[in-house]
Amino acid sequence: MANSVKAKTAEATVPVVQTSMSVIAPAIAWLIPGAGHLIQRRWIRGLLLMFSIVTMFVLGLLMQGRVYHPNGGDILDILGFVGDVGAGGLYLLTRVMDWGQGAIAHATADYGTKYLIVAGLLNLICVADAYHIAIGKKS
Amino acid sequence: MNLQLSHFTAALLFAIFASIVFGITQRNTSREQVRYGLYCLAMFIGGVFVAGWVMWLLRR
Repeated sequence: MANSVKAKTAEATVPVVQTSMSVIAPAIAWLIPGAGHLIQRRWIRGLLLMFSIVTMFVLGLLMQGRVYHPNGGDILDILGFVGDVGAGGLYLLTRVMDWGQGAIAHATADYGTKYLIVAGLLNLICVADAYHIAIGKKS
Repeated sequence: MNLQLSHFTAALLFAIFASIVFGITQRNTSREQVRYGLYCLAMFIGGVFVAGWVMWLLRR
């Protein structure tokens, strides 16, 4: 208990270093999953994150998952859109190519929709992680 | 192309990918990342089995 409090205090006192990387890394990380780690020379972490998120997104599309649009209608559609847009470049590519229009006709298509949303949300976690590495809060 | 996975396969793949991301992003050292990733994977898969048995009991 005392050790964890000490560790948190030490973590909180780490000086935050704002550099151009602290802006570029999250932006690149959002656009290309895993790239925020790759440009900071975290090669294995970056490749694993890229593999996980891109594979999850592609599997979602292959399962005929639905890609949400920014329509501002139903609250669940808005939340779905927020999740999807977290995938950044993958979402933009999907919209440009007009993929992800499948009608949910079977159970796995619903899984596909969830895969797409979660891939976006996981990418947002990666964006935050890339930022923490850039400011020196994480090694 | 239409990919149709079973419920279990879909849940398993979901668990693997989510665990990789959680492990890498939520811990600092490589050793901690691997351990936390495996912990998350075990929790996900354990949750699938528990939910499966709960649904089986509810159906009876």
